[in-house]
Amino acid sequence: MSPARAAMALLAVLFLSVPLARAAEPDPADWAGLTAKARGETVYFYAWGGEPRINAYIGWAADQVVAKYGITLKQVKVDDTSSVVSRVLAEKAAGQTSGGAIDLIWINGENFAAMKREGLLLKEGWADKLPAWKHVDVAGKPTVINDFTVPTDGLEAPWGMAQLVFIHDTARLATPPRSLAALLDWAKANPGRFTYPQPPDFHGTTFLKQALYAVAPDRAALSAPVTDASFSAVSGPLFAYLDALHPVLWRSGRAFPQNSAAMMQLLADGETGIAFNFNPAAASNAIANGELPETVRTYVLDGGTIGNTHFVAIPFNSSAPAGAMVVADFLMSAEAQAHKQDPNVWGDPTVLAVGSLPADEKARFDALDLGIATLTPSELGRTLPEPHPSWTTRLEQAWSARYGVE
Amino acid sequence: MTGQAGKPGLALQLAPGLTVVLLILPVVAGLSGAALPAFGYLPVLGGEHFSLDPWRMLMAQPGIWRSAIFSYLTALAATALSLGLVLGFIGAWSETRLFALMHRALSPLLSVPHAAAAFALAFLIAPSGWIMRLLSPWATGFDRPPDILILHDPLGLSMIAGLVAKEAPFLFLMTLAALPQTQVRRHMQVAASFGYGRLAGFFKVALPQIYPQIRLPVLAVIAYSSSVVDVAMILGPTLPAPLAVQLTHWMRDPDLAMRFAASAGALLQVGVTAAAILTWLAGERLARLLHQRWRVDGGRMAADGAARAGLAAATLILIAAMGLGLVGLVLWSVAGFWPFPASLPPAVSLKTWASALPQLSGPTGTTLWLGLAATLAALVLTIACLEREVRTGRRPHRAALGLIYVPLLVPQVAFLFGLQFLLIAMGLGTSGGALAFTHFLFVLPYVFLSLGDPWRAWDPRYAQIASGLGAGQWRIFWRVRLPMLLAPVLTAAAVGFAVSVGQYLPTLLIGGGRFATLTTEAVALASGGSRRIIAVYALLQMALPLAGFVLATTLPAMLFRNRRDMRPGHG
Amino acid sequence: MGESDLILKDVRITRQGAPLIALDCRIGPGEVVTVMGESGVGKSTLLSFIAGFLPPAFEAEGRVLLAGRDITALPAHARRIGLLFQDDLLFPHMSVIENLMFAVPQGVKRATRRDLAGKALADVALDGLEDRDPASLSGGQRARVALMRVLLSEPKALLLDEPFSKLDAGLRDQIRRLVFAKARERRLPVLLVTHDARDAEAAGGPIVTLQVSQTNLPK
Repeated sequence: MSPARAAMALLAVLFLSVPLARAAEPDPADWAGLTAKARGETVYFYAWGGEPRINAYIGWAADQVVAKYGITLKQVKVDDTSSVVSRVLAEKAAGQTSGGAIDLIWINGENFAAMKREGLLLKEGWADKLPAWKHVDVAGKPTVINDFTVPTDGLEAPWGMAQLVFIHDTARLATPPRSLAALLDWAKANPGRFTYPQPPDFHGTTFLKQALYAVAPDRAALSAPVTDASFSAVSGPLFAYLDALHPVLWRSGRAFPQNSAAMMQLLADGETGIAFNFNPAAASNAIANGELPETVRTYVLDGGTIGNTHFVAIPFNSSAPAGAMVVADFLMSAEAQAHKQDPNVWGDPTVLAVGSLPADEKARFDALDLGIATLTPSELGRTLPEPHPSWTTRLEQAWSARYGVE
Repeated sequence: MTGQAGKPGLALQLAPGLTVVLLILPVVAGLSGAALPAFGYLPVLGGEHFSLDPWRMLMAQPGIWRSAIFSYLTALAATALSLGLVLGFIGAWSETRLFALMHRALSPLLSVPHAAAAFALAFLIAPSGWIMRLLSPWATGFDRPPDILILHDPLGLSMIAGLVAKEAPFLFLMTLAALPQTQVRRHMQVAASFGYGRLAGFFKVALPQIYPQIRLPVLAVIAYSSSVVDVAMILGPTLPAPLAVQLTHWMRDPDLAMRFAASAGALLQVGVTAAAILTWLAGERLARLLHQRWRVDGGRMAADGAARAGLAAATLILIAAMGLGLVGLVLWSVAGFWPFPASLPPAVSLKTWASALPQLSGPTGTTLWLGLAATLAALVLTIACLEREVRTGRRPHRAALGLIYVPLLVPQVAFLFGLQFLLIAMGLGTSGGALAFTHFLFVLPYVFLSLGDPWRAWDPRYAQIASGLGAGQWRIFWRVRLPMLLAPVLTAAAVGFAVSVGQYLPTLLIGGGRFATLTTEAVALASGGSRRIIAVYALLQMALPLAGFVLATTLPAMLFRNRRDMRPGHG
Repeated sequence: MGESDLILKDVRITRQGAPLIALDCRIGPGEVVTVMGESGVGKSTLLSFIAGFLPPAFEAEGRVLLAGRDITALPAHARRIGLLFQDDLLFPHMSVIENLMFAVPQGVKRATRRDLAGKALADVALDGLEDRDPASLSGGQRARVALMRVLLSEPKALLLDEPFSKLDAGLRDQIRRLVFAKARERRLPVLLVTHDARDAEAAGGPIVTLQVSQTNLPK
């Protein structure tokens, strides 16, 4: 790398930004053509790597796709999905329109919204043209096509379902508070025993959204992009609630756990009495891993908790888009979805309409034992939709301005 | 007399220039990659015109100044404490049995990655940590952890402790390496014969000789402490977080417009680091003035027993804390459910190890080849520069020497994003070579730092004798200088290798994530927050550098087992 | 005029323009010229100029001729000038025999190298110490190994930089005699730098006394 060449490259990229011709995207409707093209490809799947069970599941999927389709699937374990978004952005800024590092991303919410808005994903919708799409539960699980209210337009394929569940240790707290108002009363009676991860941590922001549902006079406004008016209509009651809650939080609200895992650890150490998680099977998993006592159970709030869908998406400059689509199709298949929902594997709820599956595939789901601390779908009850992603940013900023500096 | 004057080959002549260019160019290019968006220019996100909006965005962030000032102050505090402890301990106890013991205990701590050290400390001192468990409930009455703020405290005390635990061993070894080149031992004997206490003798006579030798490592410690991310996340305050942590959050904000503020923040980080360094340099001047008066005031401070005991105690506490913390890591790595206030895990299993080990061959291989490639390149260039120096008898200009340390003094977060961008633009976005080169950037300064002093201190008359015997420059190099300096060369290699193993951000950014190392795996898995997994990977991360250090000390000892004058500490 | 003389022709060494040493002399085979002077006068600088490693802080003019060849511009290892310092400087990572074999000129076969080295050792009554660590030898033994090492390299002249000053008084005389005897035996021109008058006396040759910034001529 000569200095001159480096300088030239920098100049060329920053000041000229010549767009290069793009290769045509593979056509997911032509399944035979797609699998033929995908054979022999290596798909780099950038997925959060913080949970060995999930990593092991992806490893299992890799074994399947190499056997079935001759695709090499490699997980790139990342600590934060937004660093992957940054990478694609940097590649776009640097003019790399093909052969990018990332072929498939595990994604949802604001990260998807940002990638879609900035044109960082494949241009044409592909997910809804895949064979496995026909059993996706679009009617029963509307979030599979509306990611935090943003239409997916087939730019990402649903992979799993999440719903906020609360976790408590029955040995220390027999009847947990089932609404946020009751939670406040409980916290006042038991100061220092509850906390939530510090926004902008994903789980922390979700707690704010859950509180938003509890105080919002007009829930419909949450599905639309946030405005000053709609925000100020809810910010008053929201902050009144948080102002009352914070003094009785763990460490009196002078410190917050940095993520859901740290919050779960506080529960395990007995520092707090209640935690929450987006994976309904989290408690059962943690018991199995020796991370939580066997007396831990899951519950949801009266009136429902926030639920969403997580997806896989393909960047605009993926080096193996055909392979990535085939992998996404496999991840949506009944075989992969049932294996994923097994609590001994991962315990992640399916995106499929199990009732519509052929009998033999349906049987895979029926055979699953969800685990001691996992609620059944009926117990999970109503899910509340995620607010529009713009609420996320707004909430995080407002929180940080009000509570971010002690 | 410095060496054999003569004309070395062209390759050697060019070595220093080449080294400086290789180190400076990426940093400068990376910084400019941050500077353009910081002033509003980033066409891909719609920034077509230069403006100050990113700075306005940055300044609108709540607590931004507090974050910046916190980073500035913790860096100075952690460095001053580490240096004070190290110098005090060496002054008070060098050439005693206790000293030899501590030396042996401190050296392996160098191979503990920063994040692992921070986790080890956190496991120890948290309200639910090991100390509290050992004391509960019999002494404290607690059956659940007390609600007190120890980790993430607003004053940053636990973060400073974490930094000291890691930087003190580094400065300790750097100081020990500098000692043999000075007349410290004899001068302290002279001072003692005049009735000066050990500490007074050391600080009045020895310090002015030692300090110039360890100044660059000290500045590197300031730069590191002011921009550290991992330790700050584990131990530092969060309301607001230190600047570098905030910066990392903004870089990763799903709201891509925050990239502008993040770029301005990167420049602010450079400013904070520079301010901390400049403050330190000003402090040096003041200290020199005070020292000039103090050293001739005749004060013997002969009764320094209490101070010496205090220094020994502080060092012991430091080592004990790290030792206990590491034992805690081992326990967590095999623990089943381990409730508070149990002192030991009631159930033990190798499950976490068993699930981790089969995954390790790939990351271990990548870690090894990256570390070896970067270290070998750094060794070759360092030795080339030093050979040129020794052969021509010309030491490079001080400023040129300082340039080698630029990658250590400029915060990583400030230039790596720009460098990543540049490499992608050059089509090297996922190139193993570019990744190894980036590791080399951070490895070389440490290799130079550890090898420079012993190389220069080598008695040039050996080379003169050898050339009088008819040996040419290269024969002298291969047969005399290199074998005689094998121990420091291997130590420098071990240090460089450890630095490479510890790199997270560069590996992730420059390798495009495609090169999984033990450290990238450890950080990715740590994001899941399981103490067991964190412990397993922290120990694994430590294992390779430790193996390197063990090899570096045993290999020369084995090769030269029958050569008394080649033993460490001799001469 | 001998064929194997060491000749210093109008040698002038300056430091940043300031004159330090000026010397013009001829040393015949087997002859020892002793350079004396206070410390700091530049005795060692003179030796480093002759041997070919003058530090860059100094400038020198004049020429050095050895065995009829102008060696002024030759690199140190090609000058064939042997050195002895006050420290024996045996290479600590090599055994005694390896130290000696290192000095045997290139091109000599390995078996012969070992032979030559062994004979040299026997020559000073040190046979049996071949594989010893130099650090385990006594001061007198080390001095003798160092002497034989330099002689094995077949130098055409010897430069001695206070070579006896670190030896015990009893030993000093013995080694001194040995060194001069060996040099005479091989008819080597020797330049000795010392501040010990007894060294000069034992050398028996002409004495040059260097003074700071003054022209020095042989007596």
